[in-house]
Amino acid sequence: MNTNGNETIEHKDNAEAAASPEAYAGSMAAGEVAPPVAKLTKQDFVSGQEVRWCPGCGDYSILNNVQKVMPELGIPREKIVFVSGIGCSSRFPYYMNTYGFHTIHGRAPALATGIKASNPDLSVWVITGDGDALSIGGNHFMHVIRRNLDINYILFNNRIYGLTKGQYSPTSEVGKRTKSSPSGAIDYPLNPLSVAIASEATFVARSVDIDVKHLGQTISAAAHHKGVSFVEVYQNCNIFNDGAFESFTERAVRSDKMIYLEHGQPLVFGKERNKGIKMNGARPEVVELNSETGLTADDLLVHNIHEPDPSVAFMLARMQQPDFPQPVGIFRQIARATYEDLLVAQIEEAVAKQGHGRIEKLINSGDVWTVG
Amino acid sequence: MSTVTETPEERREIIVEELEAVTIRFAGDSGDGMQLTGSQFTNTSAIIGNDISTLPDFPAEIRAPAGSLPGVSGFQLNFSSHDIRTPGDVPNVLVAMNPAALKVNLPDLEEGGTIIINTDEFNAGNLEKAAYTSNPLEDGSLGAYRVHRLPITTLNVNALKQEVKLSRKEMDRCKNFFALGVLYWLYDRPLAPTREWIKAKFAKNEEVARANEIALQTGYNFADTAEVFTTHYTVKKADLPPGKYRRITGNEATAMGFIAAAQLAGRTLFYGSYPITPASDILHELSRRKNFGVKTFQAEDEIAAVCAAIGACFTGNIGLTGTSGPGVALKQEAVGLAVMTELPLILINVQRGGPSTGLPTKTEQADLFQAVWGRNGECPVIVIAPSTPSDCFSMAIEAVRLAFKYMTPVFYLSDGYLANGAEPWRIPDVNALPEIKINFVTDPTNFLPYARDERTLARPFAVPGTPGLEHRIGGIEKQNLTGNVSYDPENHEMMVKLRQEKVDRVAQDIPDIEVYGDETGKVLVLGWGSTYGAITSAVENLRREGHAVSGAHLRYLNPFPKNLGEVLKGFERVIVPEMNLGQLSTMIRAKFLVDAVPFSKVKGRPFQIREIVRKVEEYL
Repeated sequence: MNTNGNETIEHKDNAEAAASPEAYAGSMAAGEVAPPVAKLTKQDFVSGQEVRWCPGCGDYSILNNVQKVMPELGIPREKIVFVSGIGCSSRFPYYMNTYGFHTIHGRAPALATGIKASNPDLSVWVITGDGDALSIGGNHFMHVIRRNLDINYILFNNRIYGLTKGQYSPTSEVGKRTKSSPSGAIDYPLNPLSVAIASEATFVARSVDIDVKHLGQTISAAAHHKGVSFVEVYQNCNIFNDGAFESFTERAVRSDKMIYLEHGQPLVFGKERNKGIKMNGARPEVVELNSETGLTADDLLVHNIHEPDPSVAFMLARMQQPDFPQPVGIFRQIARATYEDLLVAQIEEAVAKQGHGRIEKLINSGDVWTVG
Repeated sequence: MSTVTETPEERREIIVEELEAVTIRFAGDSGDGMQLTGSQFTNTSAIIGNDISTLPDFPAEIRAPAGSLPGVSGFQLNFSSHDIRTPGDVPNVLVAMNPAALKVNLPDLEEGGTIIINTDEFNAGNLEKAAYTSNPLEDGSLGAYRVHRLPITTLNVNALKQEVKLSRKEMDRCKNFFALGVLYWLYDRPLAPTREWIKAKFAKNEEVARANEIALQTGYNFADTAEVFTTHYTVKKADLPPGKYRRITGNEATAMGFIAAAQLAGRTLFYGSYPITPASDILHELSRRKNFGVKTFQAEDEIAAVCAAIGACFTGNIGLTGTSGPGVALKQEAVGLAVMTELPLILINVQRGGPSTGLPTKTEQADLFQAVWGRNGECPVIVIAPSTPSDCFSMAIEAVRLAFKYMTPVFYLSDGYLANGAEPWRIPDVNALPEIKINFVTDPTNFLPYARDERTLARPFAVPGTPGLEHRIGGIEKQNLTGNVSYDPENHEMMVKLRQEKVDRVAQDIPDIEVYGDETGKVLVLGWGSTYGAITSAVENLRREGHAVSGAHLRYLNPFPKNLGEVLKGFERVIVPEMNLGQLSTMIRAKFLVDAVPFSKVKGRPFQIREIVRKVEEYL
């Protein structure tokens, strides 16, 4: 009857494994149960449940992309679990033909922790929103990230509470007028990437619902990272916060108002690829690359996602419109042992030292005496 | 030290008196090591065959100011040559290491009881801290007691200063062992078990080990030779059923019970917990049992702890969370999720004084309502409660059995008194432990996640990793059979009733409540949880005097054993002693329309036998 819960002790991954697709696939193959995986298609990941998001919601694009990425991972469906909290985005697991758990508000990371720690063989995905992750679940957000379980964490940020019909959220801008803030919100918003980086995230990325190709690549990269992968997706709520990101995500302005971070490449942007980010002392500045300034791509900051020091990643995460192009892409990706690997290693070490625990020995330990 | 251990040539005449049972309370500053001293005396007494029962009583502060009244730490121990079930109503002996300890504990001492006082600490400063206006050693206020005045601090230092290279402060830390040595002589106990313990405990610090051993031996020798005591006492072996025994506290038994259950079920034990008094020892115990494959998760908060445990349940493992009352309040929403998703979550509540932060280190039973009814919606769970430290082991196994069999959460209600109290435990035969079967489904043919077992109404358990059984669960109302989201009014009412029915059916699967004494009579004393010892002893005493009093103890609070209603009918009166304002009695009245009389005690302390006897006598 053992359906794999206990083999996890045998499951052993190289904690230092580079965050590459090859390394990930290798780690999956190390599990004891490795049936030949039939080539799956996107359709295999569609649950058949009627999708109940509002027409035009950005969630559709994210769902579509996740379903598209799934077959590429080579993980059998039964080993995939989607976990969510409460909110529009948290309906997500119902639409995936995998195992799924729609939990309670803010707590998906904690559920996911128990799932991954008790069975490291599973591919665990947390789907959450800005209210779920940063308000009611703020504490779990920070802790699930610092523990570095090998899970994927996608935050749909629409800067509004949708399911409760339009109150401001912890990522809403100051002054935001909503039903619960008719005079304008007076809370300063959180930047999810800043919080993730400050919480010791080993993979931090951002993408946009309507930038389909980039979104797919980002989700794929997140899936391949060994460790916690945090992805913020700018997601349009066309009912309660329509156009929240359009000033920079619209196709016509995207190249000038957004910057696509690429590992090993200088930070260049602009339709003409003639603008970039250059360090001026400890601060970034936007510069023009032309003969007038005498600056070329060689003068720009070169993006290094593997930099152990999180300072530059943090700095990039703080760049925002209108002073800077809005950055998307992978901000940071470093290798660090995962929580579940360390947990399993401690168990293996204890077994090696003390042998497999036996109840008889346990209850007969301490000062034992005999009567009669 | 060989010179000290020699038996003096001319022994003074010492009277040896045999006693049936003795209750000692060790009291001192929280830095004085009273818990340790008490535990050692307990261990030794258990090893030589006495029955024992203990009540540690310590302040919530780790180190309140030295010598102050709030800083007093106590350890009460009852050891006996017959079967005992409580740590004793009133101490016969009080060991007071300072004025504050005397002040706090003297009111509990029996009339004419014995006091052993460390006179060195009765200086002006300490007397003032204890709010004494005059020195009780001099003002005659202790005239009604047998007082033994020992300058323990001085005697201890004098014994050590030539022998060990330790600072004065370090030497003073050994004085509890000096006191222990005195008590060992007084009650005729061997030193060997404590010597062994010291050697093991301080293996890395030989000098400290040696100092403690010398202190222990010197205390013993002092009592033997100095003309302070004219009598010493023996308490013979108790007539316990044959078998192998060990001393056990409720928290130890709880931890071991769940480890055993996990092995019996062949699944991993996952324990999600956030540190909280008095439940933390379970986390400590489980986290050092990694070679049993136990996974402990110290969560960021109570909610994360329970949610992670639910996650572990979802993967088919034993998802356990443990806490005390305030933590339960935080976890309840998640418990509702486990009820809705029909997962076998187990929640340990080591109850303490409430509400709010309340009395963290004291015992209480005021979370019964919280367990039975404390969630939003109609949200039934199984509620069970161990009745003694030993029973914690069996009930932990029972919790796992019921949770998996019925696919529904189980609350396990311990309390501070059970958790920290110790008694001898007859070590069970591993082969006699019950089997725990978990029926995972693996066949995708006609799989429905919310189909039901005819008898238990449990839904099939399909865990992630099982091909072809991919499905989604969640906190939104489920359609029966398919588990799909459903807002249908008829379905909702049916599901509410199904979840209730599932818990109700547990009554068919648990033992009937047993009556201690006659099946009918004037008074039935009904209890639950840690009041077992006091209630049973009280009933025993009353019956010995010829009264028509019986006792019954509930280990299952939801559902109740199926014969409970019948049992209650056999008596003119039902009295329910509880460490709350009458929660069980309210449930009994509501369910059985029986005029149950609540007997409340909410002082952070367990019932005394005589308190219950007196209460029952009112109705005879």
